[in-house]
Amino acid sequence: MRMTPLLRLTLLAATALSAAPHTAIAALGGTIESIAGDRVQMKASSRVMAVAPGSITTTPYTKHELLTPAGITVREYTRSDGRVFAVTWSGPVMPDLRQLLGPHFSTYLATTDNERHGHAHRSIRTDELVVRSAGHMRAFSGVAYLRTLIPDGVSIDDLS
Amino acid sequence: MTFPEMTMRWRGFACLVAVAASAMLITGCGGGSASAPAASAGAPLVVTQPPTLTNSQALVVEVGPANGVNQLYTTVTICAPGSSTACATVDHVLVDTGSTGLRLFASTLPANLGLAAPAGVGGALHECIQFADGYSWGAIKSADIRLGGDTVRATPIHILGDASLPPVPASCSSSGPAENTVQAFGSNGVLGISNFAQDCGSACEQTAMTGSYYRCSGNVCTATSVATTLQMQHPVSLLAKDNNGVLLQLPAVGSEGAVSLAGSMIFGIGTQTNNGLGSARTFTVSATDGTLPINIGGTSYGASFLDSGSNAYFFPSSTTVCSSGFYCPPSTQSVSAVVQGRNGTSAAIGFNFANADNQFKTHPDFAVLPLLAGAPFGNAAVDLGLPFFYGRNVFTAIEGRTTPSGTGPFIAF
Repeated sequence: MRMTPLLRLTLLAATALSAAPHTAIAALGGTIESIAGDRVQMKASSRVMAVAPGSITTTPYTKHELLTPAGITVREYTRSDGRVFAVTWSGPVMPDLRQLLGPHFSTYLATTDNERHGHAHRSIRTDELVVRSAGHMRAFSGVAYLRTLIPDGVSIDDLS
Repeated sequence: MTFPEMTMRWRGFACLVAVAASAMLITGCGGGSASAPAASAGAPLVVTQPPTLTNSQALVVEVGPANGVNQLYTTVTICAPGSSTACATVDHVLVDTGSTGLRLFASTLPANLGLAAPAGVGGALHECIQFADGYSWGAIKSADIRLGGDTVRATPIHILGDASLPPVPASCSSSGPAENTVQAFGSNGVLGISNFAQDCGSACEQTAMTGSYYRCSGNVCTATSVATTLQMQHPVSLLAKDNNGVLLQLPAVGSEGAVSLAGSMIFGIGTQTNNGLGSARTFTVSATDGTLPINIGGTSYGASFLDSGSNAYFFPSSTTVCSSGFYCPPSTQSVSAVVQGRNGTSAAIGFNFANADNQFKTHPDFAVLPLLAGAPFGNAAVDLGLPFFYGRNVFTAIEGRTTPSGTGPFIAF
């Protein structure tokens, strides 16, 4: 699938770092370029880092980390083509999932939690979208990802 | 109703003493009226009434209004401030060590209760309460809350799902699905008895946090900062005594589970004969977010927590997650974990979990399933939910409050 992972990583890192001051948060499935104003909406500070999990022979992704004024750390993971395949969050309040999930937010709302998990957990899974939300007041965390967009060789549980 | 079994037990004891000490048969015992026994001439009868403890109320785990499993409920009575008649008693209120404050659905309350906004708020105050699985929206009102035999006066409570509310602001509903009905929420309300004295605390005093407190003008609601004294309060923290924390006391249950389980919620830690720490060890939790590390399989999960409002053990495992969303191992599995207080205390614990689908299938009417477990998000947190509380005394000490075993916030078991 990826022809030159090492080269790709280098290029991506260079691009990302040079763009850091203007980096925007992107909704799940979207591209950074397409949603340039979202970071402003969340009033978040941001930094960007390229990541190659495992060895350099695996597919790279880029991690965009944002800190909102409410103290929520949001991390967005983009593929080499710039599309956001996963979003994670942790913080004292819930993040704006309408913003983070973008067009998938309605799916998140409409999909019934499989079982009776109680208020500290919500977990939904469709053919495309997986969302896991957990925690309690002052300590929330979660992940959302699109199963079809996960780069080869990347494990969601390994996202840092 | 509050802890009838305890009141009756003490009354019976007092009557036995009176009957034994007197040649006369005493009427009035067991009938509910407490007439004084007549003393025989020349032998003054001294009846020492054991102190009647009023610092507890009953708990029950049962399916409740939304067919829940491992959901811990209590019954709460509230009154309009100062009134003994404008009152409402609400059953199946979730007991939650993961949140702070009393929240009740409007549909469970009589329309004429006449609750008003707390004094000092200045007009109406609304709140968006966000849980990991959704949000609820409602107005903050002032009420007296009965806790056991005691009452906390004019306390902020959150009335959820009132049809007359302004529309939910977008910054509230952006956290997930709406839980503005009893069915969607899963209980008639929630009694939050966490480590924290307020639900939001200083963060909401300093900043107008979205997804928290709002002021509304007509149909437009805007996030607002709120002084900690006007925020939702830990009701127990406002008691005149027994106000440093809560003890949840649930009996052990067999591995198969049960239809229901009865227990006690006891107010105060080390303040009475019924809430001593005994051999329980204290584990200090983060003063910021109430978490502490729990180690499983050599990995420490730093943002872990105990939560009576969670209905299973949630911990990372390679076990298959089945159609119910819980773990479904082929046979019962054992887990060893180490709970690590931020004060350096650590304790090894163990628990078992089994195939959730089979448990639901075998016992569709059981509300108590001690072997239920599921996957948390990622690698940050272990959540020891209600099954951990079965067969244990679990203490939750409020931040800044002193106990015989140190100052909160801590948990102890």
